[in-house]
Amino acid sequence: MSAGQPPMDSPEIQRLTPVLGPGHTYASVTDKISAIVLTRRTSVGWYIGFLLAFSIFGVMNIAIGYLFMKGTGIWGINIPIGWGFAIVNFVWWIGIGHAGTLISAILFLLNQKWRTSINRFAEAMTLFAVACAGIFPLIHTGRPWYAFWMFPYPSVMGIWPQFRSPLIWDVFAVSTYGTVSLLFWFVGLIPDLATLRDRSTSKPKQIIYGMLALGWRGSARHWQRYQSAYLLLAGLATPLVLSVHTVVSFDFSVAIVPGWHTTIFPPYFVAGAIYSGFAMVLTIAIPLRKAYGLEDFITMRHLENMAKVMLATGLIVAYGYFFEFFMSLYSGNKFDVFLVQQRLHGPYAPFYYALILCNILIPQLLWFQRMRTNVVVLFIMSIIVNVGMWLERFVIIVISLTRDFMPSAWGRYSPTFWDWATLIGTMGMFVMLIFLFVRVLPAISIAEMRELVTETSEEHK
Amino acid sequence: MIAHRSHIYGVIGEFEKPEQLVHAATKIREAGYRYYECYTPFPVEGMPEAMAMRRNDVPLITLFGGLLGGLGGFGFQYWANVYSYPINVAGRPLNSWPAFIPVTFEMTILFASLFAVFGMLALNGLPQPHHPIFNAHRFTHASTDRFFVCIQARDKKFHLAETARFLQGLAAHHVSEVHDD
Repeated sequence: MSAGQPPMDSPEIQRLTPVLGPGHTYASVTDKISAIVLTRRTSVGWYIGFLLAFSIFGVMNIAIGYLFMKGTGIWGINIPIGWGFAIVNFVWWIGIGHAGTLISAILFLLNQKWRTSINRFAEAMTLFAVACAGIFPLIHTGRPWYAFWMFPYPSVMGIWPQFRSPLIWDVFAVSTYGTVSLLFWFVGLIPDLATLRDRSTSKPKQIIYGMLALGWRGSARHWQRYQSAYLLLAGLATPLVLSVHTVVSFDFSVAIVPGWHTTIFPPYFVAGAIYSGFAMVLTIAIPLRKAYGLEDFITMRHLENMAKVMLATGLIVAYGYFFEFFMSLYSGNKFDVFLVQQRLHGPYAPFYYALILCNILIPQLLWFQRMRTNVVVLFIMSIIVNVGMWLERFVIIVISLTRDFMPSAWGRYSPTFWDWATLIGTMGMFVMLIFLFVRVLPAISIAEMRELVTETSEEHK
Repeated sequence: MIAHRSHIYGVIGEFEKPEQLVHAATKIREAGYRYYECYTPFPVEGMPEAMAMRRNDVPLITLFGGLLGGLGGFGFQYWANVYSYPINVAGRPLNSWPAFIPVTFEMTILFASLFAVFGMLALNGLPQPHHPIFNAHRFTHASTDRFFVCIQARDKKFHLAETARFLQGLAAHHVSEVHDD
């Protein structure tokens, strides 16, 4: 197919499971994808799903509203466990976002054609996950109405943020990530918005999509600059996505807390982020292709490739766990050795074993092609991995903070109702945004699918 | 300007396949036309060469944005920590540059990306809600499955009837004039 294909993708397999179902033309691809937004009746299932997600989003608003009234005392956090759910959830959500950028930027640079039908909603997923992630540090500040103090602006106080602190690096990394993800997503959408403008029959739709399309007319000179900007964005987003979780891991590794102060954190955080992100893409893609009959566009080949990426990143994560464990013992540092013992035998040991089960043991099933091509298995697996990755952050944060250097500083942590309400609430917000997105915007890039039609038709000649 | 041309934007022709349009664009250029534009539902390979397009400036603008963001980002941290509000922490250097790298890096990416996107839009003259080409009959197909070329009336070689005949000679369908308003 293309130059950048991994060797395990033999030509034979590609012929058997194509990236695009046979017999598609420019018009059929356009019709099928734009019909979801323009002409199809909104199904009852959509309304039920949306309302459910919207209600859970309401729970989040109540939880945050109550938090603003009472303060962070309604959560389970205490001294010494000052981070708790808020930071666990922040790291989890921001990690989920990473797969979207990986698919849209890195696979684009590697010329992987199978990315085409999944990149749009994976990018949307990134944006929504970053939105969910951004809520947590904000409400965790305790006085979120002063959150703008984290940005350098000329204030009457005459001081600046502490640029030597990883927490400020985080502010810059996450806000840059959110902005660049939005730009990338929007630039990709422009030609498709023009398609929707030209195909919609009602005046309001024409006006709304027309405004959003910025007057795109598909001029060849415009396309040239467009392609160049898109390629550059992909090139810029690639180091960015690697830097974001690296900076997130600095929040931990720059601190001297046992179990955090280790150099393996940046690579293993990035791998973990991609791992959970691909799991989330599968969690969304499997119901989406079923509900809208997109099996021709999101083929078995896509699902299988994503499963392979999950397997590979899962093994990197397993490597990270092993060396985290090994280096703690090998260092001979008694606090680090003690932390390992706490993970294995301490009060939170069940979480550690559950994490090993979810992230390392169960995903080994993906070695078998029969498992990788079984949609139900993949769907369940994707949820297990996401649970596992959440547990990983819980183990890192809670076990280290409850077992500090001095026994007098030890503590216990248990989340309250409001912690759970906020976490589940953000899941509601995420699902709600996904529902809105597939309803009003093309979930698959139409312009890129047309290019794929040209390329795949050339191959059959 | 001749009076009867003033309300004509150009002559448009339609093709079914991208290769036909690339071929036509080459022929149009070879025939001596300078002001013409192709409209396609996706970027067509070989188009920039066929139309002999100039090198585009988006990469240069992006580079400028990246340099601005990187130097500005570092420079600001330097200024804030060394001049604006120096804090002496046990005699450690005020310009603790390794700690400034993450923010410098993020600012480089942010500015380069913003310059790439808004530079691209600005060079393309977008947003532009209206353009005469939208008056063309059947132009809505340009965003679905048809490939158009429009020779503009401002071209010196433009002659309504002859240019139309020329396009038909290139096997273009639905050759018609496009009005300015």
